[in-house]
This record gives sequence, structure tokens and C-alpha cells, in this order.
Amino acid sequence: MMTPILEKIALFISVALMIVISYWLGQQSYNWMPVAATAEAKHVDDLFSFLVALGSFIFLGVVGMIVFSIITCRADENDYTEGHPSRGNNKLEFFWTATPTILVLWIGWQSFNIYQQLDIEGLNKIIDLKASESGNKSMLIAQKIPNQIEEIEVIAKQWDWTFRYPQSNITTSELHLPQNKRVRLILESEDVIHGFYVPEFRFKQDMIPNHRLNFTFTPLKEGKYKLHDSQFSGTYFALMEADVYIDSPEAYGQWLQSAHNNILKPSLAATEHAHQPRQLIRSDWPTIEPATPFVAQQ
Amino acid sequence: MTHSSATNLKESQIKQQAWKRYFTFNTDHKVIGIQYLVTTFIFFLIAGILSMILRGELITPPSDLVDRSLYNGLFTLHGTVMIFLWIIPSLVGLANYLIPLMIGAKDMAFPKLNAIAFWLIPIGGILLLSSFLLPSGSAQAGWWSYPPVSIQNPTGYPINGQTIWLLSIIVLGISSIMGGVNFLTTILRMRAPGMHFFRMPIFVWTVLSAQLLQLFCLPALTGAAIMLLFDLSFGTNFFNPTSGGDPVLYQHLFWFYSHPAVYVMVLPAFGVFSEVIPAFTRNPLFGYKSVAVASFGISLVSIFVWVHHMFASGTPSWMRILFMFSTMLVAIPTGVKVFAWTATVWRSKLHLDTPMLFALGGVVMFIIGGITGVMLGAVAFDLHVNNTYFVVGHFHYVVYNTITMALFAAIYFWFPKMTGRMYHEGWGKIHFWLTFIGANLTFFPMLPVGLQGMVRRISSYDPQYAGWNILASLGAFLLGMATLPFMANLVVSCLIGIQAPNNPWYATGLEWATTSPPPTENFETIPTVTLAPYSYGLPQYSTVDTTDEEAIKRHGN
Ligand code: HEM
Ligand SMILES: [Cu+2]
Ligand SMILES: [Cu+2]
Repeated sequence: MMTPILEKIALFISVALMIVISYWLGQQSYNWMPVAATAEAKHVDDLFSFLVALGSFIFLGVVGMIVFSIITCRADENDYTEGHPSRGNNKLEFFWTATPTILVLWIGWQSFNIYQQLDIEGLNKIIDLKASESGNKSMLIAQKIPNQIEEIEVIAKQWDWTFRYPQSNITTSELHLPQNKRVRLILESEDVIHGFYVPEFRFKQDMIPNHRLNFTFTPLKEGKYKLHDSQFSGTYFALMEADVYIDSPEAYGQWLQSAHNNILKPSLAATEHAHQPRQLIRSDWPTIEPATPFVAQQ
Repeated sequence: MTHSSATNLKESQIKQQAWKRYFTFNTDHKVIGIQYLVTTFIFFLIAGILSMILRGELITPPSDLVDRSLYNGLFTLHGTVMIFLWIIPSLVGLANYLIPLMIGAKDMAFPKLNAIAFWLIPIGGILLLSSFLLPSGSAQAGWWSYPPVSIQNPTGYPINGQTIWLLSIIVLGISSIMGGVNFLTTILRMRAPGMHFFRMPIFVWTVLSAQLLQLFCLPALTGAAIMLLFDLSFGTNFFNPTSGGDPVLYQHLFWFYSHPAVYVMVLPAFGVFSEVIPAFTRNPLFGYKSVAVASFGISLVSIFVWVHHMFASGTPSWMRILFMFSTMLVAIPTGVKVFAWTATVWRSKLHLDTPMLFALGGVVMFIIGGITGVMLGAVAFDLHVNNTYFVVGHFHYVVYNTITMALFAAIYFWFPKMTGRMYHEGWGKIHFWLTFIGANLTFFPMLPVGLQGMVRRISSYDPQYAGWNILASLGAFLLGMATLPFMANLVVSCLIGIQAPNNPWYATGLEWATTSPPPTENFETIPTVTLAPYSYGLPQYSTVDTTDEEAIKRHGN
């Protein structure tokens, strides 16, 4: 039997240890994520790190108590007498109703703050909030936004992505984004619900037929990424991918110049539909025909 | 000699009849309970085989085992069968067996309705599975069946897999509503004298809360299914965007039921933990009243959180934030429960028999399910991992690693009561360890691979995700193997297991006060309840009667 003093010391050490481990896991969690390629991604990773640290603390605390009991509190096989005589303990009960309440409020508050920092702007809002701070709204929107913000239309259909650059009159099958500049994506679906998702960007947005949804964000890290459909959209869903590039301002300018002779590629789905791969078990259930690429509009 | 062979003959006749009544329209709640448990277990095995084919496809990055449509059909039916034909009805079966016994009633309030509700399950299930044979193939739009994908009908046949899917969901929904009415009436009206609310075992509380939710929310799903069926078959435009319908409306209706449904599933599992843990720690359930009230709290809050499944569906920011907070509120009553179990275990007299292993394993894994769930409630994080394998990992930690584990705990715990025989402890432990290891090996890798961005419902994936996927697939095959010792144990023990005493665990609760198995009317005389529940420590639950040969035999086992 441990003396009460020793017990307190042991408790203190284990709590300290738990704090250290949870903090360390919280720091590690940044490595579990893909590269952070947008300004928004950093905030999401901070939120995740906070959630991992707090979650680890709770996990270690509860599981630690259970495992400790399993090791130290085993009964003899035929001993069915009482475990311990204490019947309820109001202080303790209050304590553990208060604990989750406080934790939840804390998590909620942090998540709220970080969501606010994302600044992905209200959905469905065509009006730019920043512009509305001063004078004549509609004038400002008409004049300012096209200059400040790069606008790109993203059109999804089963199972193909097309991107339109209305300011430059370009239509392509790969998405190029300018580094360090705010970008507004205008999302449209021609048939079913699709989802815009680039893991390195840390957000996704469903694309609902008949709704033009848009969101803004800031690409930061140059490189090549992959767009994947995130909302199940039928037979060739797994193949609904497109390449995404974040280009330096110069490279972006050059690409806009050269993109006029960019040919629209057939989608992976259309290619696979035309040449079915070898699969061990085939059902050959009928499917919607994959879309053919848009003809570039001039 | 002649005398004993005559009784043997009579006994075997009775046995034969006993065996046959499980295939009849029987109205005894105990028979119906076992009918449910066995039927749903068969569906669990079928859906498990489907999942192993899915994991077989995903063990390598390209699509090389099954074609794309078949893969979509497989995960749709895997998910649908697991939810609507395993988790929900198996818990109903367990409750069917236990509730009248636990509250000291002779049967359920409406025995015929009870039997009808059961027989709708195999009908709905067989209907659903038969759709694999249709020329159009089975439904392929996922267990959510979001339109417009679900109302596309490239075959043009008037009846396709999706039609069958919707019909069977409607059949199963009707069965659930019948069950809900029956449970509520039984629990509210048929308790034995002295069994007032705060003397009910937690399992009864959780079933009451879960069935209230079922009655309140299920009509939304049934309504949505009927509307979708009209869109699909008769060209109405509730959800069809090409003619002015709103597919997002379906999502609201669907999640208005299907979020609370996760509590319909998990609450009785919490109830099982709350029965098993006190019995094997010899402690009263710590904070009994808080745990009882927390069940209601969970039900109530869970009605107001459904939009967390739609954070990415064009939901405006104010709504996202509102539902983020309501989602996190559920963590409070849930936290109360987890703490109560932990405190019950702390400083107790632990017996690690198989039911307790499954209960503790389930609680530990539920903590992972719960923590990842709160993470998903945080909008900004959810927008990254929603519809990735992170979500798949999270909900399998709940549906398999918590609820299915709780069901195993329950089956082992009440097996002696149901069959009058003991299961084999050694094989039970092997089953536990294979399941515990297999389940973590299968579902843990889904969390990191989801953080990395692997989207769910894809039949081929980027090779960068291959490592974790191999582990998950191997885990799934192990998990499949793990059910073999379980089935062997139950079948063999049922036939030749040691005779079980009435109360092998020295547990409290009225179900242990009658014979094993209980007589048709449950109790010789309806008992009067005078004690608080979980009165462990009282002499009648503390002493092993050394003159009881059965008890000694059991411990020699
Ligand atoms: C035998 C162990 C199991 C394995 C190996 C397994 C594996 C899988 C896999 C690979 C998927 C496809 C994931 C995706 O791409 O979205 C899936 C989906 C799913 N599973 Fe399981 N699962 C198992 C048990 C269960 C259980 C016990 C349930 C109980 C409710 C369940 C419910 C679901 C649901 C609802 C889906 C979603 C289906 C959909 O997206 O339409 N699974 N599972
Ligand atoms: Cu798509
Ligand atoms: Cu939910």
C-alpha cells in the first residue's frame, strides 16, 4: 500500500508526464498533415494541433486510469464481495460534469476563433464584404473585385473538371492559381453534387447543381497538387481528378499567355470507359456515359 | 432404465419443439429477441464478407479486383446492411430479450406487433440483397443515397437497384417504428411494483432514450425515402435539380434522422457497458443518476446537430457555427458517462471474464471514436477531413469498435441466461484478443490516411496511400477470422456447454432472479422491487455458495 504522500507524488508525476506527452503529440500532428499550401491551411493545422493535444490528454488520462486498475485491482477468482464501499461522491460527480463542460467550451471557442480567421467569406454571398465598408456597393463590386481578386470558374460534370478564366477568356482542364494573390473560385455543377477538394488547401466545398457557390482563399506555396472530387458522384467517382498548380506571379502570367493553345484533355473516366481495365470480377452494370470535354469557347 | 429413457424421449421432443419455435411466428419476447439476434448476425456476416471484398480491392492502388460499378454497389450494400440490418436491429433484439425481464414484466406490451416487426427484418433484408441479381445491379449511391446520383437511372428499367433499396428502407423503417411504440409502452406501463424510474437499470434508460429518438426522427427518413422513390419512379421533382427540386433538402431530411440514429445505435451499447462493468467490478455504477439523466441529455441534444454532416453543402457560416456548438454539447453528457465507467473500475475488484474484456475494450476504443468525433465538430477541421477516410475511421471506431464490441459483451454476458449453458471462457478470450487487435489494425490506419487526404468511396487511389491501406486490409481479414471462434464457441456451448446457474455472475438485476433460461412468463410470481439498482456489496450478491456445485464447476472451467 502506498502512503498518501507517495500517492500524491505519483499522481503529480503522471499528470506532468501526460501534459508533456500531449503537448509533444500536438506538435507532431503538423507532420501528419500534407503540405500546407494556402494561407488558410496554417490555421486549420493550428486547430488540429490543439485538438490533438487536448484529445491526447483526455485519452491518456482515462485509458491510464483503466489500465492502472486492470493491473492493480484484480480480484481473486471467487471473491465476489464489494469493490469499494464508497457510494456516490457528489464532489467527484460535480467535478466531472464540470470538466467536460469546460473542455467543450474551450474547444468550441478555439474552433470558433480559428474558423473566423479563415476568412473564406460567407457562402452564397456575391457581395464582397470588404467593399461594403465604403460607399456605393454595387459600383465598387463592379470595379474593384475583378482587379483585386482572381476569379476562376470551376465546372464539374460526371466525371470531368473544366476551369474557365473569364478575365482572360481561357478554358482548360488543369487549374492554375497565382501565388500570394486572393483567388475566388466560382463553383458550378452540371449534373450531380460534386465536391472541390485539394488536401493541401485544407478545405472542401460541395458543388450543387443550380447553385453558384463561391469561396475565396490565398494560395501560398508553389507546386503541383491534385484536385479530387470529394462528394460521391457515381461510377467513375474515383477517377474524377485534375492537376492543380500554384504558380509564381511570372509563371502564372506566362501560363495565361500560352494557355490559349492549351488543348482540353479527355478525362480519366472517359479514357477508362473506352478501354476497360482488367478486373477479376466484372458486373458490367450499366452506367452514365462519361462527359466529353468542352469545346474551348473563343 | 425404461423410466429414464421415457423421460429422455420426452425431453428431446420438448427440445425439438423448442428448436422449431424459432422459425415460427412466435410472440414470446425471448424467442423474438433471439430470432433478431441470430438473423441480424447472419446479415453482419454477409456485410462483413462484402467489406472484405472492398478491402481486397483497396489492398492495391489500382482498380483490379472488381469493376467500378460493382465496388460502388458493394460499399452501398455493406453500409446499408451494417446499419439497418445489423447494428440497429441487433440492439433491438437484445432489448427485446432483456427489457421485460429487467423491468419485471411478463412480455412486451404488444406481442403480435413485436413479432410482425421482427418478420419485416428478414423480408427487408432479403429484398435488399436480391438486388445484386437485377440487370441494373444493386443500388450504387452509398447508404446516404444522395440525389441526384440516386435518381439517375442509366438502365431505364422501371425497377432498378435503387428502387429496391428504397422499398427495403421503408419496410425496415416501418419495423423500427413498430418496435419503438412497443418499447415505449412496455417501459412506461409495465414495470413491476417498486420499479420506479430511478430504480431502472441503465440499459432500460438507454433503450427508452434511443426509442424516443427513433419515434421522433425516423418519420423524416421514411418521408425522404418515399419522396425519393417518387422522384425516381414517377418523375416528381422534390429533389431533382433539373426541374427545380432541391437535393439539399434531402440531405436535411436524411440527416435529421441519421444523425440521431447514431445515438439510437450507441445508447444501448452504453447501456450494456453500464450493466457489465458494475458486475465485474463489484461496484455500484458510479453516479447512477447522472448516467441515467445523461442518456436523456444525449438524446435531446442529438436532435439539434444534424447539419454537422453538411458543413460543406453550401451551409452559410452562421449555421455552421451554430451547429458546431450544438455538436460539441453532446460531448458533455457523453463525457459524464465515460467518467462514470472509469470511476466504477477505479479501486474495484476486477474480474476479467470475456464480457468484461469486451466492455473495457469497447470503452477504450470509444474514447478514440469520441475524441475524433469532437474534432469533426470543429468546422474548420471538418472542412479538411470530411468525406475522407478520417471520417470512415472515426465512425468505424464507433460502430465496430464500440457498438459491435458492446454487442459481443452483451451476448457473452447474457448467454447463460438465454441458453441455460455457459460459453467457453478460453475461446471467448481468444475471440476478444483477435477482435481487439484486428479492429485497431483495420480502423486506425484510416485516420492518418484520411488526414493525408484520401477520399472515401474510391475504388482506386494514389500509391502514396498504399502503406496504411495494406495494414487496414490485413486487419480486416484478421477481423473476419476473429468471428470464427465466436461462432464455434456459441454453437458448441449451446449444445454441450456446462449447465448455467441462475446467476453466474452474482449480478444484480431482475433478469438474474429467474431461472436460466427463464420460463415462458418470465417469473413465477411478478417480483416486487425494493432495492436501488447495482446494489453490489449486499450479502446476496457477494457470497459464492460453496455448496453450489454448478458455481464450482464453472470456476474450474
Ligand atoms: C468487418 C469489419 C468492417 C470493415 C473491414 C469495414 C470496411 C469498410 C470499408 C472499406 C468501407 C468503404 C469506405 C468508403 O469508401 O467510404 C466501409 C464503409 C462503411 N461501413 Fe464498414 N467495415 C466494417 C464494419 C462495419 C460495421 C460493423 C458497420 C456498422 C454500422 C459499418 C458501417 C459502414 C458504413 C455505414 C459505411 C459507409 C458506406 C457508404 O459510404 O455508403 N462497417 N466499411
Ligand atoms: Cu464528381
Ligand atoms: Cu452526426
